[in-house]
Amino acid sequence: MSITLKVNGEPRTVDVDPETPLLWVLRDELKMTGTKFGCGIASCGACTVQWDGMPIRSCQTFIGDLDGAEITTIEGVDGKAASAVQAAWQELDVPQCGYCQSGQVLAATALLEETPKPTDEDIDAAMDGNVCRCATYARIRKAIHLAAEKMEG
Amino acid sequence: MLHLLQKPLETAKPSRRTFLKMSAGTVGGLIIAMKLPNMAEAATGEFVQPFVHIRPDNTVVVIVKHLDKGQGIATGLATLVADELDAAHAQVTTEFAPSNPAVYANTLFGVQGTGGSTAIPNSFMQYRQAGAAAKAMLVAAAAKDWGVPANEITVSQGTVSHASGKSASFGELAGLAAEQEIPAEPALKTPDQWVYIGKSFPRVDSKNKSVGAPNTYAMDFQRDDMLVAVVARSPRFGGTPVSFDPGEALSVLGVVDVLMIPTGVAVVAKSTWPAIKARDMITIEWDDSGAEMRSTDAMMAELAEMAAKPGLSVRKDGDAQAAIENAAKVIEVDYEFPFLAHGTMEPLDVVMAFDGSKAEVWSGSQIQTIDHNVTAAVLGIEFQNVAINTLWAGGSFGRRATADAHVYAEAAMLAKALHEKGTSGVPIKLVWTREDDMTGGYYRPMSAHKVKVGLDDEGNVLGWSHRMAAKSIIKGTPFEPMLMKDGVDHNMTEGAQDTTYAFPAMEMDQHLAETKVPVLWWRSVGHTHSGYVMETMIDRLAKEAGKDPVAYRLEMIKDDPRKANVLKLAAEKAGWGTDLPNGRYRGVAVHKSFGSYVAEVAEISMDEDGIIKVEKVVCAVDCGIPVNPDNITAQIEGGLGYGLGAILRNEITMTDGVVDQTNFDTYEPIRMSDMPEIEVHIVQSTEAPTGIGEPGTPPIGPAVANAIAAAKGNWVTTLPLSKHDLV
Ligand code: FES
Ligand code: FES
Repeated sequence: MSITLKVNGEPRTVDVDPETPLLWVLRDELKMTGTKFGCGIASCGACTVQWDGMPIRSCQTFIGDLDGAEITTIEGVDGKAASAVQAAWQELDVPQCGYCQSGQVLAATALLEETPKPTDEDIDAAMDGNVCRCATYARIRKAIHLAAEKMEG
Repeated sequence: MLHLLQKPLETAKPSRRTFLKMSAGTVGGLIIAMKLPNMAEAATGEFVQPFVHIRPDNTVVVIVKHLDKGQGIATGLATLVADELDAAHAQVTTEFAPSNPAVYANTLFGVQGTGGSTAIPNSFMQYRQAGAAAKAMLVAAAAKDWGVPANEITVSQGTVSHASGKSASFGELAGLAAEQEIPAEPALKTPDQWVYIGKSFPRVDSKNKSVGAPNTYAMDFQRDDMLVAVVARSPRFGGTPVSFDPGEALSVLGVVDVLMIPTGVAVVAKSTWPAIKARDMITIEWDDSGAEMRSTDAMMAELAEMAAKPGLSVRKDGDAQAAIENAAKVIEVDYEFPFLAHGTMEPLDVVMAFDGSKAEVWSGSQIQTIDHNVTAAVLGIEFQNVAINTLWAGGSFGRRATADAHVYAEAAMLAKALHEKGTSGVPIKLVWTREDDMTGGYYRPMSAHKVKVGLDDEGNVLGWSHRMAAKSIIKGTPFEPMLMKDGVDHNMTEGAQDTTYAFPAMEMDQHLAETKVPVLWWRSVGHTHSGYVMETMIDRLAKEAGKDPVAYRLEMIKDDPRKANVLKLAAEKAGWGTDLPNGRYRGVAVHKSFGSYVAEVAEISMDEDGIIKVEKVVCAVDCGIPVNPDNITAQIEGGLGYGLGAILRNEITMTDGVVDQTNFDTYEPIRMSDMPEIEVHIVQSTEAPTGIGEPGTPPIGPAVANAIAAAKGNWVTTLPLSKHDLV
């Protein structure tokens, strides 16, 4: 089945089984490997991308439902919040193994776009779906607050 | 011409894992610089040495012999080289070394590999010397070029200069530097001259990992001709495939082949999703005659029974039994620890291409020499016909350091079978899904402990007896001859057998249980359970003696000043002894592992329903010279979080031999809202640097358990805490 969607602003057409998760279309068909496979069951957030600005789990989003959709991945995410998040991540050396961090950056960006001055409770609520097995959570929290400051300044 | 520079290792003697001296020749001496035949062909103008390359574009490339699985060793090694070389942070980058034990062996193992928190300890002198040698050669080059004495030349932040006003970048001098004599004894800086060590050198990988850069992990490997494989393995450990019916698997778009290999039935496809989808369509008959059929309850009952009896003696100081028999009071406590999965964020994976005579591997290889040997052996080719490209790994926590290199063996079986069927030379990416990983074994062993302590009237310890039963990680592996002595596995009881608490009499015994469930080191290995037992027991005894837990410990570790020091520091910074708001409780633990001392004070809250939250943890760490303080802080944060997640909710159980937990929905990892605020205080030390990847993990369990005991009066002795309605 041929499906056309926009990925990071570019129209892309793929011809795959409509049941194929978006995750595997991005990684294997479009060779955009920044979006990660962690669990495949929407339990870890490693595969987080944005669909029309909302963070979604691409491992449980099926390509057949995405004709005409606008998807933003870690390779394409930009704007004030994303830049602030990525700068804060580097400034505080958030990543350890880094494998979860594409998803963390996407989730944090979506949070800040919605809530530019998040509280710790907001952060818990927005980020609890994103697992980091290296447990970099303390730095992720700090980096989100730092990114919020950067967005103000 | 082969010119080896060797210098005795000056760092502290390793306390463990020196066993891995599998290839003689490099241990006890270091290679820091050499001329290799193929290096003669290095691009003109480039400086190429085993550990440092300097490119004409002024980039300094530090060649990293270890696997960086998040612990920051690439940055750590870059810190060492950049400091001695006086490079600027911005010009430094890293590349992983090829698999070549003759050059890149872990000097404490004798093979190329990462583990036991040895990466900095074994590299501290080697990488500094490599940096110092490169600097001396740059200086010699400048001296020659400018016609000035070498000792008048200074180097700072990547610039070589002379009072005459002459100056050059490293890149400009690289070619000429490569022609200079390699110094036999490059002068090292004194600690007061360090510009990065003990100060700051930001991570080399933060940017790539914040932007989802390609080609970072094995999972990211892509090539147009690449195939992807997943394998259906026996639901029970020790089961083997007998026959299979592919069902509709072969009609799934993209599926190339379904074939039986010794570990199961593999689906090979052009991409990942078709392979995963098709796997569910296969029906397989398994032979369970050699499989573990028991449930974990039965296994635990066996372990508890073993721990009740005397076993192999690991330590015997004085007559603990007699002391216990004659004691005024005896405290007896049984502990049970479950199997734990590592749950690396990047599931296991290896990419391998085999053309019948040569193989190339792309992976987060942790013990390259073993992975390399096993790959060659399974493929039936010579060691030199295998090349391993080490990539960044999405976590390990011990999981990628396997004595049997089973993921490599499986990939090689597959590559060989496909070659024989005519599919040759294409890269095959073997992917373990999360379910494969979670149910696939190689767990932290489950264990049972029995501790008996005899006390006098005042609560002073007279005799201490500790018995433990578990499956050995070492027995039956190539590590056995090095790590087991007289049938005793010293890995298993580490952290208890070597305690420095002063007991008048102490005995420790162990029992080695058998099961087909494969077991493996899990971040901090034996310390994960022994530290919990020791530190919750000590807390109990403090209460028994009517003493403050910190003061009681300090009395018992008078001969261990570094341990006492971190304990005092953490207690002071945490405000130990000061009042807490209602519903808040503190617990403390201190433990030495991998040469490093860590004390943690946990502050928990408990609501009316008895549900706890760990609110804050104050840590003090002494790991010798703190090479990269921010990374030490990061490793304590992460190590503590990793240990906390496990004690809160994690256990692997089996019903009739089949693993009950299959993914992160049933093996619930620690998440943002579970994570406490963390404060890390690093002791300034001049001792040789010791490990940091693991030592943050052991104290958190007992610190939290002791805080719970402060609230409720009793200590949890069977983990995880979720069994006790605490979370
Ligand atoms: S891979 Fe999609 S949530 Fe884990
Ligand atoms: S940085 Fe390793 S999983 Fe998050």
